[in-house]
Amino acid sequence: MAENYIYTIVKKESLANSIYLMDVKAPRVAKSCYPGQFVIVKMDEKGERIPLTICDYDREAGTVTIVFQALGSSTQLMATFEEGEAFRDFTGPLGHKSELIDMQREEVLKKKILFVAGGVGAAPVYPQVKWMKENGYDVDCIIGARNKDLIILEDRMRPFTENLYITTDDGSYGFKGNVNDCIKDLVNNQGKKYDLVIAIGPMIMMKFVCILTKELGIQTIVSMNPVMVDGTGMCGACRLTVGNEVKFACVDGPEFDGHMVNFDEAMKRLQMYKSEEGKVVLRQKEGPTHHHPGCECHEETSNN
Amino acid sequence: MDVLKKVPVREQDPKVRATNFTEVCYGYNLEEAMEEASRCIQCKNAKCIAGCPVAIDIPAFIKEIKDGNTEEAFKVISKFSALPAVCGRVCPQESQCEERCIRGIKGEPVSIGKLERFAADWARENNIRPEMPQEKNGRKVAVIGAGPAGLTCAGDLAKMGYEVTIFEALHEPGGVLVYGIPEFRLPKETVVKTEIDNVRALGVTIETNVVVGKSITIDELMEEEGFEAVFIGSGAGLPKFMGIPGENANGVFSANEYLTRSNLMKAFDSSYDTPIIAGNKVAVVGGGNVAMDAARTALRLGAQVYVVYRRGEAELPARVEEVHHAKEEGIIFKLLTNPKEILVNENGWVCGMRCVTMELGEPDESGRRKPVEKPDSDFVLEVDTVIMSLGTSPNPLISSTTKGLNTNRYKCIIADEETGLTSREGVFAGGDAVTGAATVILAMGAGKAAAVGIDNYLKSK
Repeated sequence: MAENYIYTIVKKESLANSIYLMDVKAPRVAKSCYPGQFVIVKMDEKGERIPLTICDYDREAGTVTIVFQALGSSTQLMATFEEGEAFRDFTGPLGHKSELIDMQREEVLKKKILFVAGGVGAAPVYPQVKWMKENGYDVDCIIGARNKDLIILEDRMRPFTENLYITTDDGSYGFKGNVNDCIKDLVNNQGKKYDLVIAIGPMIMMKFVCILTKELGIQTIVSMNPVMVDGTGMCGACRLTVGNEVKFACVDGPEFDGHMVNFDEAMKRLQMYKSEEGKVVLRQKEGPTHHHPGCECHEETSNN
Repeated sequence: MDVLKKVPVREQDPKVRATNFTEVCYGYNLEEAMEEASRCIQCKNAKCIAGCPVAIDIPAFIKEIKDGNTEEAFKVISKFSALPAVCGRVCPQESQCEERCIRGIKGEPVSIGKLERFAADWARENNIRPEMPQEKNGRKVAVIGAGPAGLTCAGDLAKMGYEVTIFEALHEPGGVLVYGIPEFRLPKETVVKTEIDNVRALGVTIETNVVVGKSITIDELMEEEGFEAVFIGSGAGLPKFMGIPGENANGVFSANEYLTRSNLMKAFDSSYDTPIIAGNKVAVVGGGNVAMDAARTALRLGAQVYVVYRRGEAELPARVEEVHHAKEEGIIFKLLTNPKEILVNENGWVCGMRCVTMELGEPDESGRRKPVEKPDSDFVLEVDTVIMSLGTSPNPLISSTTKGLNTNRYKCIIADEETGLTSREGVFAGGDAVTGAATVILAMGAGKAAAVGIDNYLKSK
């Protein structure tokens, strides 16, 4: 670890098997960031630029909280970083803050809002739910995961929402079913009415939430997590089709109207560096032993 | 020696260099440089100087080289330019200083660019650094973007005694010199790093990972951090796409993405983590210098490469030298050809590009003959990768977060050509953020002009 790196990890916590939380010293980011925005971290000289949505921030302490899942080799290496060690680079905040933050108070109060967090998506949902409560808005929230062990941030979330619903695919904790089953249960069986859903999680989850909420007629915001390089609009790797327009997730998003997003295209693009063809191309060029850590770290790892 | 001809410069063999990323051009040695310098006739009224956007006293530095005083030559250049080793390599001298050289009337002009490069390389190899300015005046100026415009502006202001901080959005300073121009044209560790260190040696602070407009606004820099003036040199911006079907398929990249992966993230070197998809058959769409850089990068990564351009060879916007190098290395030029659709297989990957043949009609607004489609001339170019090199549109990060900063209809920041002053008091701008994508040296010229503009503004304040 180079000693001149300044973005020091002041706290590290294991949230679940292979899911970690870190508070990182980054005063400029901590001072200016809002829920919904993301940062780009680079571990060392040869590392990738990895986008991660901001999970929390402490303006006075000058720290920003990130959460990641160690899946690819970049994030596995990140998981070995300990308190006191530092990142080479930590840039942000990038992207737009959540629309709710600048919305007229009366407008927000009119809406009954449901947050839906899938897996590591609980990390970017958490600061939004917290912000809502601190600004006097009551919202509902679902945290879903495959099983009990993968439910994260429940204790942190609880003080900020009266109605926190936990759901697991295997029923090992809370409601049994995926987040869509849980939304259906709330709307159909428990008489809940929502005007706005904010769904953040793996793209496949967001896609299916959007199909459901479209049927239910509920406006839905999603946070997109495509492959990125610079994160400032320069490269266009993160482009998506939203409605009939091409948008860059980094500067136009990361949050978009979920009913307008072309998820199938976005999911294919997410596979670019990990699908078979991509791997074959890479192997041909670089031999069989080379690892491409970034390939795996974008879907579930970067929780954006 | 034929005095009408340039002393030839040694280059890496095209067949060899097509497979590596080391520099194509070796540059002059002392003997060659002195010989070439002796071709300069030391005009009293040297027209070459007026052709240089930063007005280097060209005959003066060439005379020092001729006399064997390379260190003095470097010092002469350093009075005018902070990035001579860069400019000696990437300036379009053929349309600037060398175009006006008297030698060029009958025969070839003096090889001013190669001589500049020689002096700068010699200084670096012999550890000659520019001198630190003697006195600081205690006044703070912020520069946004550590590219050619920002580095030049910061260096000049530091020489005048200002306390300058450059805020750079990326993790490395250099702007297009590190993310855009490839290693084989502009070595990063030696050339670029040294010249940036030279700017630091003038007393300039560079803070990386600060995205102005997001991490901090211009208003905050001025109101909270005590900067009395700001120079915006934030560069070109967002890559353009054609808007044809299939453009979001896997295997379609902007030239910016492709080059950023290879140059800034060093994906060509397998010990770095960032991946790049080299492609087997690559089409680069566009005919500018960036297109040549992308094509030659893909070639070095092992691909067969086409440059697809809708006009003819004479209209190629790239430098003749770059086109010549590309051809030597085996790039295939598909001229008068325009893409209509990118063909996509069932897995979402590029499997071809449907193109149409063009012919040149009447000249358009740009003075170039306008290409028009030939009827029924569609054909499919078999490629698995497409790199779009169509230019950029301005990044709104700064203009949208700075009150009172006016932009034109292309969303470029409006700045006075002479002084760099924008519509906001104390805020100056220059380079691609003002002009749209242009050259390194024009950005440096704008940075230089703005340094004078800022000095005059602060003195009168």
